[in-house]
Amino acid sequence: MFFLIIKRILLGFITLIIVSLITFVGTEVLPGDACTTYLEREAYGAALEACYERLGLNVPAHERYLSWAYNVIQGDFGYSLSGQMPINEVLGPRVKNSMVLASAAIIIGIPIALILGIVTALWRDKLPDITISTVTIFAMTIPEFISATLLILIVAIWLEWLPGIVIVPTDVTITELLPNIILPVIAIAMIMTAHMARMVRSSVIQVMSSDYVQMAILKGVPYWKMVFKHVLPNALLPAINVVALTIAWLLGGVVVTEVVFNYPGLGRLVIESISNRDLPTVQALAIILASIYVSINLIADLLTLMLNPRLKTLQIRK
Amino acid sequence: MATKTVSEFKKKNIYFKISEVLVTMASKPSGFIGLSILVFHILLAFLSPYLAPYDFKAIDPSLMLQAPSSEYWFGTDSLGRDVFTRTIMGGRIALTITFFGSLIALLWGGLLGIFCGLVGGKIDDVVMRIVDAFLSIPWILAMLLIVSLLGTSTEVLIPALGFFYGKGIVRVARAATHDVIAKDFIVSARARGHGNLSIIWNEIIPNVRDAILVEGAMRWSWMLLGFSSLSFLGFGVSPPTPDWGLMISNARGLMSFAYWAVIAPIVGLSSLIIGINLTADAFAKALGIDRSTKAPV
Repeated sequence: MFFLIIKRILLGFITLIIVSLITFVGTEVLPGDACTTYLEREAYGAALEACYERLGLNVPAHERYLSWAYNVIQGDFGYSLSGQMPINEVLGPRVKNSMVLASAAIIIGIPIALILGIVTALWRDKLPDITISTVTIFAMTIPEFISATLLILIVAIWLEWLPGIVIVPTDVTITELLPNIILPVIAIAMIMTAHMARMVRSSVIQVMSSDYVQMAILKGVPYWKMVFKHVLPNALLPAINVVALTIAWLLGGVVVTEVVFNYPGLGRLVIESISNRDLPTVQALAIILASIYVSINLIADLLTLMLNPRLKTLQIRK
Repeated sequence: MATKTVSEFKKKNIYFKISEVLVTMASKPSGFIGLSILVFHILLAFLSPYLAPYDFKAIDPSLMLQAPSSEYWFGTDSLGRDVFTRTIMGGRIALTITFFGSLIALLWGGLLGIFCGLVGGKIDDVVMRIVDAFLSIPWILAMLLIVSLLGTSTEVLIPALGFFYGKGIVRVARAATHDVIAKDFIVSARARGHGNLSIIWNEIIPNVRDAILVEGAMRWSWMLLGFSSLSFLGFGVSPPTPDWGLMISNARGLMSFAYWAVIAPIVGLSSLIIGINLTADAFAKALGIDRSTKAPV
């Protein structure tokens, strides 16, 4: 068990190292670099040399990668090009804002997804299932920017219930932020809930058709006791992993949603830094987003391992 | 009496299978709706240049933001362009790019996955680790980076999308290969002295084809979603090309007044994505593949 956890964490680190290599090589191979984009037409001769000198781009690539990686391990991402500010200072409030948005969506989304998933599975192919499943299919297939735009159009413009666009400075406090984020949270939670509800549904259906549940029915275990005692614990375990993968996948959607609502989080920073060709910030963002993905999956793996005694012994025997 | 050659027989068999699958797909209401929407959009993409009542790039300041009327069915946008014309033409680029993108994704993802599943060992370990690493970079960051450094031409977008959406297919193809590799017919093919290439072509591909095709159909809808998101963010096709994502992002600022310029492309894009999704679902069911428990990676 202990070795297994260590192994998972190590694999996560290897993934992060490969991600950093990919982004580094990617920004290296693709035409244009920080200096040519920063100086634009004046990128020649002495000015270019001076810029290379200043940013340390005249050192060979592998040395730059090693020194960059060394600094990143110590928590220093270097300087952003556009703002001439330490990337850590740029990232700090953005990470916090995005965390607030994501956690609000998760706190609202997970219970609703569980309830919807269980209801649709238990009333499979009946009216509640057909209605909810149709709605979830719509919610998960329609692109984030469309559902967000429709939310703004209907709730903010036609009904005038809530503000449509978030207009707050980046370094806003959480209490000031919360009333502003209702619509973005709904937009993200909607898609997330739809995805999770579908997975919970199919997982519950799978368990309901298994032999031991049939056995419990034959033995005359009361229906709801059977559902809560025999079905749900077994159905929700495998769903954890899939849900984790989905949350990670939705990171891309969060970027788009933040742009639609003008929300000062990591997503808008992605767009801004790429538009400005601020490569150091892009590299930092890639590492941060990849670490979020890796850690969510790691937590999900460990959770399943800890909660599932069967899997524990299985892995040790291997 | 002429006897059929083996290849003729195989060909007929494939056509028979395709029509059989199509009939199974259309026999359920959701599959029928999905297929109809998809066929409608494909026809529209081919025919819209001939059906369009106005020039999609004709700018006329005197016609700015007109409400829908008998003359301009869906109204006009902020530059006085006909929204109906731009809406029916708005799916052409998206459909073309994502269709060829999915083909590329299918090809490289499927082949690499089969290869990894077949050889196993160290090569497999290394490739899968790299694929995992690519999976943990959010697609939007990678796509934006490629597009902003290489430009947004079709020649860049198709391979870039194809590459990025193919990495998930690698895992599916690899898993499907693992399922068949231990079966008796592979062992007997080896015993007959067939090489790896022959085994891949004659034994593995026919058995994993369905799983990979279903995955590719699913990727198509995600790729469409990704491509439209790029357009929406201003990193996709460049104006004045009519494209739904771009139209939505342009008309969004004025939607408190000219909601028609937003609604029309929204309906276009949403219906196409739903159509592809329903078709892909029906396709999976018709081939007997359950992918409801899979995460969208």
